[in-house]
Amino acid sequence: MNTARKKISKNHTSTQNPCKLCSPLGASLVIRGISGAVPLLHGSQGCSTYIRRYLISHFKEPIDIASSNFGEDTAIFGGGANIKIALENIIAQYQPEMIGVATTCLSETIGDDVNMFIYEFLKQRKEIPTPPIVHISTPSYSGTHITGFHRANLEIVKTLAAEKTTTRKDHINVFAGMLSTADLRYLKEIFTDFDLKHMLLPDYSQTMDGTLWQQYQKIPAGGTTIDQIKDAGNASASLQMGRILNSESESAAKYLNETFDVPSYELGLPIGIKETDRLFEALEEISGKPTPQKYVEERGRLVDAYVDGHKYVNGLKAALYGEEDLVAGLASFLSEIGIVPVLCASGGESGRLESTLNEIMDKNISEKMKILEGMDFKNIEAEVESMSLELFIGNSKGYSVTRRKEIPLVRAGFPIHDRIGGQRILHVGYRGAQNLFDQIANTILDQRQKTSDIGYSYM
Amino acid sequence: MTTIPILKEREEQIYRKGSEPFNMQCEKHSLAGSVSQRACVFCGSRVVLYPVADALHLIHGPIGCAAYTWDIRGALSSGPELHRLSFSTDLQERDVIFGAEKKLYAALTELIEQYQPKAAFVYSTCIVGIIGDDVEAVCRKVGKEAGIPVLPVHSEGFKGTKKDGYKAACDALAQLIGTGETADISPISINIMGEFNIGGEAWMIKDYYRKIGVDVVSIMTGDGRVADIKRAHGAKLNVVQCSGSMTPLAEMMKEKYGIPFIRVSYFGIEDMAKALYDVAEHFPDQPEIMEKAQELVRSEVNRIYPELVKIREQVSGKRAAIYVGGAFKAFSLIKALRNLGMEVVLAGSQTGNEKDYEILRDMCNDGTVILDDANPLELSKYIIEKNADLFIGGVKERPIAYKMGIGFCDHNHERKTPLAGFEGMLNFAKEIFNTVTSPVWQFAPHRSGNEPEQLRNVVIQPSK
Repeated sequence: MNTARKKISKNHTSTQNPCKLCSPLGASLVIRGISGAVPLLHGSQGCSTYIRRYLISHFKEPIDIASSNFGEDTAIFGGGANIKIALENIIAQYQPEMIGVATTCLSETIGDDVNMFIYEFLKQRKEIPTPPIVHISTPSYSGTHITGFHRANLEIVKTLAAEKTTTRKDHINVFAGMLSTADLRYLKEIFTDFDLKHMLLPDYSQTMDGTLWQQYQKIPAGGTTIDQIKDAGNASASLQMGRILNSESESAAKYLNETFDVPSYELGLPIGIKETDRLFEALEEISGKPTPQKYVEERGRLVDAYVDGHKYVNGLKAALYGEEDLVAGLASFLSEIGIVPVLCASGGESGRLESTLNEIMDKNISEKMKILEGMDFKNIEAEVESMSLELFIGNSKGYSVTRRKEIPLVRAGFPIHDRIGGQRILHVGYRGAQNLFDQIANTILDQRQKTSDIGYSYM
Repeated sequence: MTTIPILKEREEQIYRKGSEPFNMQCEKHSLAGSVSQRACVFCGSRVVLYPVADALHLIHGPIGCAAYTWDIRGALSSGPELHRLSFSTDLQERDVIFGAEKKLYAALTELIEQYQPKAAFVYSTCIVGIIGDDVEAVCRKVGKEAGIPVLPVHSEGFKGTKKDGYKAACDALAQLIGTGETADISPISINIMGEFNIGGEAWMIKDYYRKIGVDVVSIMTGDGRVADIKRAHGAKLNVVQCSGSMTPLAEMMKEKYGIPFIRVSYFGIEDMAKALYDVAEHFPDQPEIMEKAQELVRSEVNRIYPELVKIREQVSGKRAAIYVGGAFKAFSLIKALRNLGMEVVLAGSQTGNEKDYEILRDMCNDGTVILDDANPLELSKYIIEKNADLFIGGVKERPIAYKMGIGFCDHNHERKTPLAGFEGMLNFAKEIFNTVTSPVWQFAPHRSGNEPEQLRNVVIQPSK
């Protein structure tokens, strides 16, 4: 396989079994990671309902997403009136600390000037306390859910991060990407152990993976606070994770760097030892402290596990799919343990997946990889037809392909709709690599036992 | 107690039986900013046509609408499974600017070539009308070239409510009906309408009808086949379940083909039995049909009765809340729950009409809260206030129940378990039993009986 830039090899016009979602979904999730915030989708009722259903099936938590509920007259005369009614009603019912207004294909296509609507609304309510309202442009005909996710981060920071008020403070900003709730909790634990105050945006670790309630919570507790975001321009540094994200011309960390001179550490998603080491190096540099012993030991145990299990995984071939940064992170991890991700596919189309992977991977591995953007599961199935594979790694939506191919699927990423605890899969850091390594090795061992005539109960 | 405010504009869509005059508003466009549990016109059309398993379902629009409706329902097929795939024209910015008719044409042509469907449904999403694509013309052209019906479904999300989507789907089906051969259809025959074969329900129902001597010409749309739908006009009676979705088509068929229709429900023993008797009554010249129906009901009830009685002992006296799409289902559920000795304390629907809510009012006990087009806050407020033990709804209602420590029974189209018919009633009872008797609720902070003192020890432990 050569590494020349693959033109999108989709051999059909339609998208069949998509490997991506639409951008308002990503924006909605970010908004639900902010304390007291309510998402409002400016469009038809279905957008918010479908996205709620989709997120609920993964997170298994309530998620209220309001809609400005377009009717036929709204589509003709514009959504100004609806958006204002919607904002009024959200404020009356939820008393939110922030409202994030994400657009949809409909409101974008009719050319609604959402910024102006918000401006007018705020003007009307000059005398009445009104929470900040953030406009996020998320036309679903442009990009994927990840586009909406990062766009939301950027717009929230742009709207809320105030002028630099003080000299540098000792806190950091963290833009960690669309990770699991367990990932977010683990990252916070790491920062805390470095004694680093942090603003993790978004932080849906609690809002989308909470406890049962004693009393009904209109907006589930937790999330990045508005005050934290306001203070983002005063941070001592920003950490932004995701190599594809970092190569975008715009991002939250870039904005804070350009506007407030906040130094920006651009990292990959910390999956596997090498990318996690880079995170810890950055944290040592920022904090001026050595990596706490706890993580030195975690890393040590992880290497120990790699060694214990290396024979079962070395040389295996896997297909990887999902959002581009996750694919890049997982590919980096797999290459550390000798698994060749012979297919790396994403529904995203940044145009930089291949160059990014070439950057991370050894040439002798990347030469064996087929890297494809703009893929759907029909393409993925066609691609793997001629490959001999031991493993698929990705979200639940690839299950049907693995079922037909009779190849085990190790679940990672979003969405996980066919398992309990999909929202709690740990991917990042040494502990995440440990989890993924155990999952993969055990999946292979399980497969061997199932297909063995003898069925040993020891290794 | 947290107070959950009710929006003023919503007050008239909430009724509490016994304490106020009945003047319930319904069939309104959802209030902006209120988190309606409803979806959109597209959703209505997609729900109705989804189970047609040998048709191509192409969604013309950006990717979201297709992604969120890919293989999400338990609608089974006995043969082809085209309905389980997701096809989208995946419109991009350039398509929005320059129009997407060519893309639609290319996508349709390729997909028909690739999958050889018996018909194609082309769903319009929100922006299709706005960008001005002439979907009808493309469908006509491809239909002619491919030699199969290619039917536009006018399901732009904002053009009404879910009910208008049902209507758009019925219009598409109406174009198929009347184009098939009907010569060999028995004079004792029906169409089963508004039954979607969730978990194989349509197969059970069809089997009941077969056993009592009634032929089923087509099922719309559970385990649906284009050829069967084409000859549906040869049936002598339309039997309509899920009245909201299929009544427009039944009315059309009555007008055009003179086929009468009856409304039935297959949920619960009473309604299932009535669905058989009502059909039997329609063929008075064949009294043996009624005899067989009575015999079938007897034997089926006898079969499930002992187990139902056991479950009833366990769940009797529990309080249930119901929030479903169509009100007709709520009627059946109330009866079925009463059979189990349970009390209904909340009943609501996304799309009920005035008549439906009058019936609900008459069925319910004093104090029951009746809701139209409710939102999560209202549902939470009333399940807590009414101290429900069980919530029956769909995916979006499930976490509301669970957070408050309330059992849940999934009764929407995503479930995989058949809940219709006699067997389905037993499944329903088992599912209720399974959820309300689980020991996990002892740890739920909200549940009555879990004293705060005890909670502090059990639940609010630091997680270190």
